[in-house]
Amino acid sequence: MMRFILPFVLFMVLAGFLYVGLGLKPHEVESPLIDKSAPAFSLPQLAEPAKNFSPEDMKGKVWLFNVWASWCESCKDEHPVLLALAQQNLVPIYGLDYKDKREDAEAWLHQAGNPYTLVASDADGRVGINYGVYGVPETYVIDKQGVIRYKQIGPVTLGSLKDTILPLVQKLEAQP
Amino acid sequence: MKKFLAIALLGLLPLYAHAEQPPRDMAQDLAEHPMNPVVEKRLINLAQKLRCLVCQNESLASSHAELAEDLRREVREMIEKGMTDKQITDYLVARYGDFVLYDPPVKETTMLLWYGPFALLGMGLVVLFYQLRKRRKIVPEIELTPEALQRAAALLNDEKDNQA
Repeated sequence: MMRFILPFVLFMVLAGFLYVGLGLKPHEVESPLIDKSAPAFSLPQLAEPAKNFSPEDMKGKVWLFNVWASWCESCKDEHPVLLALAQQNLVPIYGLDYKDKREDAEAWLHQAGNPYTLVASDADGRVGINYGVYGVPETYVIDKQGVIRYKQIGPVTLGSLKDTILPLVQKLEAQP
Repeated sequence: MKKFLAIALLGLLPLYAHAEQPPRDMAQDLAEHPMNPVVEKRLINLAQKLRCLVCQNESLASSHAELAEDLRREVREMIEKGMTDKQITDYLVARYGDFVLYDPPVKETTMLLWYGPFALLGMGLVVLFYQLRKRRKIVPEIELTPEALQRAAALLNDEKDNQA
């Protein structure tokens, strides 16, 4: 009997590993910045380049920091979701226009609508590197203390908003 | 049918498209960075040990992804600032995690990775040891007296003669 049970058990273990492997997302590398302070920066605003934006300005607020670009196709898929979220006024969305041309970014927002309270422009992508951005879109949830609490890699979807981001925002709002 | 399959597969492409990078001009990059052979050598050395996060199975040295270009620029600048290799890799690990290193550090989460193969080897040796012991029990060794050996040799020769 043992001759049959042992190979069967080994097979099931192997199959189990393979099954778990199917569900893994190797493209989503866990960020070491979770639960760390959002890296400081000061970048010109997209709409008014004379003025700067810094995450320091956001102390005391829970906010979303969405990294996007006008050349990024998946950002266009994500855009309607952000617009819908902005309309509900649940959480302010701040944008980081990553490695983009100002004109292109402004034209896109003008054409598709602007879900952002404010957009900072990271023309050479250095702030992106400090945030560990490796592909846009990426979205960070940052709490009142300026700590990164969550990072969404890839487009924000209605599902990820409902299941993860909004409950987290609600929880963070309740904290000091 | 083949055409249909191809179209269906194309439809899946956007699922993998999130790590997009903008078009760029490599000549521009070279013009901005006149080559310093010492810096470039250290850069290549370091970049070979670092993973490009966009293409994942390519090193930072061989990747043409926009992010890899940017990270090479970052590393180049850090070298020029006189930072050590350790400081530079620490900088990248702080932003992208251990995943950027092709040589993952030994810690709790990587124990299995580092010592797993040795554990498997050990298990193999244990199994081998028991198998060999079992076999010895099945075929017990018999002490042969010189007479018995002689008889055996005679029998074997006998058989050879019969065959011939």
